[in-house]
Amino acid sequence: MIRYILRRLAWALPTMLIVTFLVYVALRIGTNPVESYKRSNPRVTPEKIKQYIDINGLDPNYVLGYFRWLNNFVTGNWPRSIKGSREVWPALKDAMANTLRLGIAATVVGIIFGLIFGVLASIRPGGKRDIAINTGAFVGISIPPYISAILLQLLFAVYWQRWFGSSLFPTSGVYPAGHTGFDLFLMLKFMALPTIVVAIQIVATYSRYLRSSLLDVLNSDYMRTARSKGISERRVLIHHGMRNALIPIVTLAALDLGSIVGGLIISENIFSYPGMGLYFLKSFGDGDFPLLMPWMVIIVASILVFNLIADISYAWLDPRIRLE
Amino acid sequence: MAIRRFLSHKAAVTSCIILGVLTLFVILAPFTARYGVNESVQMPPNSFLTPRAQAWLGTDDIGRDLYSRLIYGVRVSLVIGLASALISVTVGSLVGAVAGFRGGKLDDIMMRITDLFLAFPFLVTLLIVRSVLGAMSWIKPLTGEMNSIRFIIILFGIFGWMGVARIIRGQVLSLKEREFIEASRAVGASRRYIIRRHLLPNSIGPIMVSLTFSVVGAITGEATLAFFGYGPQAGDGATSLGNLVGAAKGAVQTGFWWLAVFPCFTLVIIALSINFIGDALRDATDTQLDRGE
Repeated sequence: MIRYILRRLAWALPTMLIVTFLVYVALRIGTNPVESYKRSNPRVTPEKIKQYIDINGLDPNYVLGYFRWLNNFVTGNWPRSIKGSREVWPALKDAMANTLRLGIAATVVGIIFGLIFGVLASIRPGGKRDIAINTGAFVGISIPPYISAILLQLLFAVYWQRWFGSSLFPTSGVYPAGHTGFDLFLMLKFMALPTIVVAIQIVATYSRYLRSSLLDVLNSDYMRTARSKGISERRVLIHHGMRNALIPIVTLAALDLGSIVGGLIISENIFSYPGMGLYFLKSFGDGDFPLLMPWMVIIVASILVFNLIADISYAWLDPRIRLE
Repeated sequence: MAIRRFLSHKAAVTSCIILGVLTLFVILAPFTARYGVNESVQMPPNSFLTPRAQAWLGTDDIGRDLYSRLIYGVRVSLVIGLASALISVTVGSLVGAVAGFRGGKLDDIMMRITDLFLAFPFLVTLLIVRSVLGAMSWIKPLTGEMNSIRFIIILFGIFGWMGVARIIRGQVLSLKEREFIEASRAVGASRRYIIRRHLLPNSIGPIMVSLTFSVVGAITGEATLAFFGYGPQAGDGATSLGNLVGAAKGAVQTGFWWLAVFPCFTLVIIALSINFIGDALRDATDTQLDRGE
């Protein structure tokens, strides 16, 4: 097991290099960092531009430039953002903390409800409850996150205020303007709507996954054996059924990181929640190369880590799978 | 068999009817729309009128009829969805069939690339691919300007084939071990012949299913881009569903609910109907179910 993990980690490094190289090239072609630097700072001197090119590794030769960028990145010699010349790491760190909070909240809420609905639907397949949950999940999948965000905002913030005097949930930010310090209740209130938007997608996806996976398991021979042994129905369902049904789900959960991050980006943008998504959209819009590259590195790294977690937990849940 | 099973799926049949009516409305836009795309319903003051007899779904910031604009918008969105889905399904099935059938290095490399693209957050990849595509000047004669509808169609065509290729590859991998392929190889059929005459026709189910999902993907994708301000700026006399949904964002805080609700619901209904049809198609063409009955 440990050897497997070590080998996977050893593989992760070259993968990381190749992917970040591709991202580097794509960003250079797509956002044209030097031009956007000049656009943001119209009166910049040629020396400054040369300095900017040097520290960002924007050599005309992509391979050479990439390694120059990599060298600066690894040694912690990070360039400042092109707009306002801010330090990158503090901004990135805050964004990461905010997104992690939102992402974890949405994932936990989403998976809990998804599992509950999935189990409820699979108890009597084809029944009224199954059909209702299935249709609901289908509607949930078909609603893009920005649409649920708009409608929730309209209902709970704008119209709630018209009807009842004050809005139920605030629509933007982490804290009200001017607030300092930590306040859990206030924070949760501000997180409510963005969390719901992301969670809707997760609930809809996972209740369907779990339903089909549970149905596969429920019809299998070992379930019949477990029942015939006289174990209580609850133990059969949870101990024998759930564990096996969760195997495919766990992999999917780890691999779904991309779509969760995608939902987060949209949700953060609409609710002006200062996380990774807003960070990306802003810096992409400005063509802010110094801000974009570290963001990309973090995303690529987390995708690789989650892939690894998926494989390991797969083997842990299903002893028949041998990692080698 | 397959058709009867499809017809027994009530939601899918309803969806077909809804989409059919919608398509009719959209094709007959000159008759069904009450005003032109950029025509105001009356002389000013005409902005942000609530729904009324004169403008069934209200008017927008410069007094244009939302109902008529929705019809024109859906027309553009359906064209974008269908055209880019056709591109991605054609490319995707060919690549998927060849990769699945030949296997080896080509297959490995292709799957690595698609894995990479699918692992990234959708919007991030989309924006980056869009910017790269827009920066390549040699491709301009084909794609047109970055905010043209043609560009969006090609963008989603390029973007969508990977998911399709994966599905078709899986199908081909399971088909190619079957006896009839072996028999055809035994009598000396060429690879090309087998792919064209056996593998692709036998994959028609998954191909149809990916076609429906590609259409939804492109329509909602266009709306996503437009929502973030990267959408097509359709020229005079055109708008798209994405543009209308994007405009909804600004209407929320001020409480002009009709500008948010109607475009959003139209988009959701279209997405939902196509998804239902795709789902029913998948159930209806699944050969594994065939043997069960």
